[in-house]
Amino acid sequence: MAVQYADVVAWIKGFASAIEANKGYLTQLDSAIGDADHGTNMHRGFQAAVQKLEDSPGDDIGAALKGVGMTLVSKIGGAGGPLYGTFFMQMASSLAGKSELEADDWATAVEAGVKGVQTRGKAEPEEATMLDALLPAVQALKKAVGAGSSLDDALLAATEAAEAGMKATIPMIARKGRASYLGERSVGHQDPGATSSYLLMKAASDVLETKNAS
Amino acid sequence: MKKLINNPEDVVTDALKGIQAAHGDVLKVAIDPHYICRADAPVQGKVALVSGGGSGHEPMHGGFVGPGMLDAACPGEVFTSPTPDQMLEATKAVDGGAGVLHIVKNYTGDVLNFEMAADLAREEDIEVEAVVIDDDVAVQDSLYTAGRRGVGATILAEKICGAAAEDKRSLKEVADLCRKVNGNARSMGMALTSCVVPAAGAPTFDLGEDEMEIGIGIHGEPGRERIASAPATEVVERLAGPIVEDLSLQQGDNVLAFVNSMGGTPLIELYIVFNELTKLLSDRGVNIVRNLIGPYITSLEMAGCSITLLKLDDELTRLWDAPVTTPGLTKGA
Repeated sequence: MAVQYADVVAWIKGFASAIEANKGYLTQLDSAIGDADHGTNMHRGFQAAVQKLEDSPGDDIGAALKGVGMTLVSKIGGAGGPLYGTFFMQMASSLAGKSELEADDWATAVEAGVKGVQTRGKAEPEEATMLDALLPAVQALKKAVGAGSSLDDALLAATEAAEAGMKATIPMIARKGRASYLGERSVGHQDPGATSSYLLMKAASDVLETKNAS
Repeated sequence: MKKLINNPEDVVTDALKGIQAAHGDVLKVAIDPHYICRADAPVQGKVALVSGGGSGHEPMHGGFVGPGMLDAACPGEVFTSPTPDQMLEATKAVDGGAGVLHIVKNYTGDVLNFEMAADLAREEDIEVEAVVIDDDVAVQDSLYTAGRRGVGATILAEKICGAAAEDKRSLKEVADLCRKVNGNARSMGMALTSCVVPAAGAPTFDLGEDEMEIGIGIHGEPGRERIASAPATEVVERLAGPIVEDLSLQQGDNVLAFVNSMGGTPLIELYIVFNELTKLLSDRGVNIVRNLIGPYITSLEMAGCSITLLKLDDELTRLWDAPVTTPGLTKGA
């Protein structure tokens, strides 16, 4: 089953709702090791991104995701703005003009987005960042798509990999961002960025699940 | 927590409107997106200096916009980095054809947002250089952390580079000078009480009545150690000792000593700290030849102080002494 323009909009809206529902949780995770603004910042950014999508309807998935990325860059602030903004802008760059995506288009775009995050943030795996959820998700996604799985199954595999990656940040020593100043004291805390990245992957698989159920 | 605000979400915009009302004759305040620039910007043929960072550290950075210092400042939300669209608009507003220097404090958010802004400005054919300030000796500079934080040296760099830009030095020269100031300056802060971020409405951290946090960051980030309340003489030893060591200050060296209030500490206590600092440096044969004392890089209402020492040579001293006219710092004009 292909991904339609409406599914992409539903993904962003679903993620915005998940951020709203988890705003306090994300901020609580951030207050333990950072500056207690991840939930608030992401909420502000994605409310604006949803507004942007509603204000500029169309059927070009690349253009929509570019708009989302630009909005996030200007509305989130902190490190989250450039990182999530870059994710969507890089994703958009391989999707310009498309109104429908096959599984391999999706995997290619997500991979481009995650590479963008890695380049912008200069982080490596196992430094307790967003990448610890995103990199395993991309690997799982590509593997499933390569093996001919349905997109639903591939997105579910990506979500499960992201969740495992998110949980794996708990025993890690943070090496990037404000949490890195805590050194050993950052051990025992789940990374807030990896947590929101897991929610992003989950929002995508939830969209298809809802669509199939209806 | 009681605060003199209307709504937490309007804090930055309301304060900017107040700055516009107070200083609209010399500053231009843009509301969408937020930035402050010199009313006479762009100054043709002069390198423009742009800085920025989270709000809550006033007068830094907006209070340092004016002849002899910054051309523009971008205020983010309280303790949150500003965004690339603000930095790009500010950069375009002040570019007088000689290039723009971004002075960036070393926090991951600030660095990433300024990098994106520099990319966007270069796409519009504006020459941009960025210098990252990282002078806080409280945190370790290593491959395994985001590096030392940018604190008090930022203001000294903004003043000194502002003077060099007025002298019509090139972008490369002003950037090199900024790196020189950063290399010659080190800082450390301490807190007696927490700050309260308006949107959070509660203290950022808990500190007992009889405790002090040594090595605090300007957003309430934890420091090196938490100690029992101690007299000013001991606190100054704990702050200045590591700075003197890190700068390898020798007998006969000349320094600028900057004693800063975190916001809640009154001037009378800053002078007590300055007196202790004078004794400590004099014991080591280091001469304080210039000083700056007051609330310049604050952390909302946090009580506490920071000490910054800048090793001076003739060039830096002359540029420090050059005239400056800004709402937050005026001299010699």
